[in-house]
Amino acid sequence: MDFGPYLMLAMLEGAVLAAVLALMASGLSLVFGVMRVVNVAHGEFYMLGAVVAWAVTTLLGAGPVLNFVAALIVAPLVVGAMAAAADMVILKRLNYDPERTIVATIGLLYILQQLTLMTYGADARPVVAPFNERIALPWVEWGDKGLSFYFPWGLSTTSYKLFVIAAAVVLIAALKLFMAKTRAGLIMRATQGDREMATAFGVPVERVYALVFGGGAALAALAGVLIVPIQQAHYLMGGDALLLSFIVVIIGGLGSLSGTIVAAILIGLSDGIISVFFTPTLAKMIATLAVALVLVFRPQGLFGGTSR
Amino acid sequence: MSRRDLTLHLGLVAVLFLLHFILPAYHHGVLARIMVMAVYAIGYNIAFGYTGLLSLGHAMFFGAGLYGMGLAGLHYGVPAFPAFLIGTACGAALAFVVGLLALRTEGVSFMIVTLMFSQVAYLALLYFGAFTHGDDGFVVPDASRTLMGLSLSDEGTRYLVAWVLFSGALLGSLWLIRQPFGRVLIALRENEERARLLGYDTKRRKLAALVISGAVSAASGAAYAALFGYVGATFAGVQYSIFALLWVLLGGAGTVLGPFVGTLFMFYLIDLATGLTDAYMLIAGVALVGLTLFAPQGIVGELRRRFWKDLP
Repeated sequence: MDFGPYLMLAMLEGAVLAAVLALMASGLSLVFGVMRVVNVAHGEFYMLGAVVAWAVTTLLGAGPVLNFVAALIVAPLVVGAMAAAADMVILKRLNYDPERTIVATIGLLYILQQLTLMTYGADARPVVAPFNERIALPWVEWGDKGLSFYFPWGLSTTSYKLFVIAAAVVLIAALKLFMAKTRAGLIMRATQGDREMATAFGVPVERVYALVFGGGAALAALAGVLIVPIQQAHYLMGGDALLLSFIVVIIGGLGSLSGTIVAAILIGLSDGIISVFFTPTLAKMIATLAVALVLVFRPQGLFGGTSR
Repeated sequence: MSRRDLTLHLGLVAVLFLLHFILPAYHHGVLARIMVMAVYAIGYNIAFGYTGLLSLGHAMFFGAGLYGMGLAGLHYGVPAFPAFLIGTACGAALAFVVGLLALRTEGVSFMIVTLMFSQVAYLALLYFGAFTHGDDGFVVPDASRTLMGLSLSDEGTRYLVAWVLFSGALLGSLWLIRQPFGRVLIALRENEERARLLGYDTKRRKLAALVISGAVSAASGAAYAALFGYVGATFAGVQYSIFALLWVLLGGAGTVLGPFVGTLFMFYLIDLATGLTDAYMLIAGVALVGLTLFAPQGIVGELRRRFWKDLP
């Protein structure tokens, strides 16, 4: 394959990663924005989404489409409910003290991960995609005989990958609308703005927190369901995903949803492209170092405004 | 330093020395390992427990000691004691550089930045696998595991060397926090703003605390390489940063005995759990959540609260 089509392929793979990352990171960003809680267990909710999707499809045993739709509904609900329960049982009792909640969510990370290891096991298991047609992509090139138009071998994507991108776009647009237009979104933004003032105006802050924590986890679980037909479900898959979402949320500015989405596209695409030219280890190393330095020298993120 | 403090800590040191003669072989070996790892926890406690710097990346300092010692022995044939010093110096130097950058942040950002620097160090170990042997790790050559003609792989020698190192770290940290410098560190933890208003250069002291903490952690890593002879990247991974936090939280952050008590308890708890299940990290998770919820002061911290008000 020539360089041009190759780059295009890398960007397509990057776009899928960006879509999933944007979904997952907006959950992390929502939780940090509203609750000021850094949820280290976020990657495990993503992993649980994938594992629950596998469990649903195995138990249901219907056609691939029905299985997948069921997983898309059940996984976020189950995982969100678990997270909301964790919030009420653990985080609420810590009074959302930033440092102690981080320690507690690290504990939660190991609990969820190890319980999955004990029940689901150490194997990676696939979920069949609801549809998976191969779509060859055209390439345009200026050759000796003028403009030529052809389908290079290997330049293709699948309908499912395009669906993932579309689904993420729709879900994130819905999330933004929800936050901007609905009463529930208004209450969340009020809580984010000033917790005490919100309490004074009769906002049930504790219930909002449980819902936000559950909602953030549900977004991660959705990302997990979407990725599982492409990547198999494995009990350790949360680690890398967590690191990438942290990177995205920090670059985008902690707690800013729009910044998070821009950063997810940036990181997803560049990860796709960088990993074509460098080894994944070096790419991860450079990205992590860069983000740590962003946090040191520009804590409001590259796209964030002034920090409050 | 009050007489009671000294009696208590010297008492522990003496008991550990006596245990060398009476413990059965298995527990003798486990306790040697616990003492080496407790030194790591003591180092972590200087940053977290006394200065209030909650780092999630101390594994990089432990790893710097481990690899500094191990690589000096493997590639350059440096004998055990100089290699140990090289490892410790590596940790101190790394802590200095990391501190210069990471201490510009505080609180949650500090936690994430240290976590990320540590992750970079871990990935670097994998990336430069040709030199560091990456994930597989390597065995430290015997020439670098001989101290004054005694082989460090011999169990008796190993225990005693671990005991000397541990005693030094324990009494050293007791001494440190009774110094004016140590008291300033506690003041930083309690209220940094006020310490600054009193005229202390808080940045500099936090950096000094982090360098001491990094050096002690690295000393533990270097001793681990010398005594147990294996160097591998897992020791520099996130899990070992979390372990240090867990041990100190369990034993009691900001107490001199806490790191040892926490390491001792957690080692035996995980030892029991590995007999039951592969998912032994479950214990660590439950312990972390339980501790933050019910006993944020840890075992020794609770003792101090209830029985012995001025326990250091």
